Amino acid sequence: MANIRIPPVLRPSVGGERQVDADGATVREVLDALTTAHEELRGQLFGADGELNRFVNVYLNDEDVRVLGGLDTAVGPADTLQILPAMAGGAR
Amino acid sequence: MTPSGAEFVRQIKGQVDEVDPAQVQEVLWDPDTVIVDVRESDEVSAGKLPGAVHVARGFLESRIDGAVGDRDKRVILYCASGNRSALAARTLKEDLGYDRVESMTGGYTLWKDRGYEVDVPRVLTPSQRERYSRHLLINEIGLEGQLKLIDAKVLLIGAGALGSPNSLYLAAAGVGTLGIVDDDVVDLSNLQRQVAHGTSTIGEPKTESVARRLEDLNPEVKVVQHRTRLDASTVLDIFRDYDVIVDGTDNFPTRYLINDAAVRLGKPVVSAAILGFEAQLSVFDTRRDQEHEPGPCYRCLFPEPPPAELAPSCGANGVLGVLPGTAGLLQATEVIKLVVGVGDPLRGRLAMYDALAAEMREVKVRRDPSCPVCSVDPASIPDDELGVFPDYEAFCAAAG
Repeated sequence: MANIRIPPVLRPSVGGERQVDADGATVREVLDALTTAHEELRGQLFGADGELNRFVNVYLNDEDVRVLGGLDTAVGPADTLQILPAMAGGAR
Repeated sequence: MTPSGAEFVRQIKGQVDEVDPAQVQEVLWDPDTVIVDVRESDEVSAGKLPGAVHVARGFLESRIDGAVGDRDKRVILYCASGNRSALAARTLKEDLGYDRVESMTGGYTLWKDRGYEVDVPRVLTPSQRERYSRHLLINEIGLEGQLKLIDAKVLLIGAGALGSPNSLYLAAAGVGTLGIVDDDVVDLSNLQRQVAHGTSTIGEPKTESVARRLEDLNPEVKVVQHRTRLDASTVLDIFRDYDVIVDGTDNFPTRYLINDAAVRLGKPVVSAAILGFEAQLSVFDTRRDQEHEPGPCYRCLFPEPPPAELAPSCGANGVLGVLPGTAGLLQATEVIKLVVGVGDPLRGRLAMYDALAAEMREVKVRRDPSCPVCSVDPASIPDDELGVFPDYEAFCAAAG
């Protein structure tokens, strides 16, 4: 079980929630549980190859899972996963 | 009978050792010699002997030991004409027990007449001292930091939501040159958040509108208007003249272009993005110096832009009006820290501010050793690859 923080652009896919909980002992299991519950998210997070899309970063607490063990990184019950797609808003 | 003042000075001059400017010139940088300027601060600010330390005669007894450090050194005192320094030399010798003390004949006036080198320290004008007095009072800024701000050239990309607070506060802080890139005009719908503009400037170019506001806020700031949209053909020429780039743009193509050009030219980018109630903020600084390893660039964080349906920048989006104020001022703060060289910059860190939760969190941003831009020799990035990635404009066009 981990707490997942959902960024604004993805909130419509999870019923507007800012954070949701999902079960799993690794990042992959947690995100699988999340995308099973919210099917729309799957295409936004994962490519056809089953890997994370390059335009989405996932952090375990404050560290990018890509520099940890990737999707196989272990997730504990007190951990937070942050999903972070790029944002660009500003000038206009 | 007691002597007149002039007679007294003449007597003292006969009692102290005097030295001609020609001899002083020979020992200017001699480590065994300390040259002490005993004039008042306003006289010193107009110029002094190179390397001289300043101890006004009024503070002589209390400050000379600290200024000279070692009483065994040769001490040469000077003033404007040689009178005050003779009196000071007598004090050092008679009252404080200094052994090797001399007074320079003719003082600074004769030194200058002879055409010897002088050192004119940089100072603030009285009105600058007043305007920046609250900066001068904090140790981390002080005179040195304020002079750095005055010398700084900062480029703001976008004179909109994030550009407004940045421009206002950086101008107020005394950043000497502020470049502003924007090709848009002020619209009524901007004014909910773009506070550098006003109802009276609706319809005017944003660069012009901001320039007028800044001229009123701080006429000492040189505002350079770049009334254009950045593209690969202009970006390098525009960036070259600036020290820090502030990215507050509304679209991914420009963000990647800014990144690639900044990496190539070795300029730090203070970046922020806003949406709804949330902001992202980071400093991308790939420069290498003695104190720092190069930080990550924007492409290390996001190697690819998101597709159109996940890129709300493609169209108009809602944002809480004060949010760009919060995010823009965090940006301006990072700019000032970079310019002055104090504190820990948001380098290698991404801060996320959630206004609804009143929460600020951060994650680490790692340098990508295989980053297509910052892992290669900057000079080897060809111009036609700056900001290039596949079909992004087409994505946005498709999203309508």
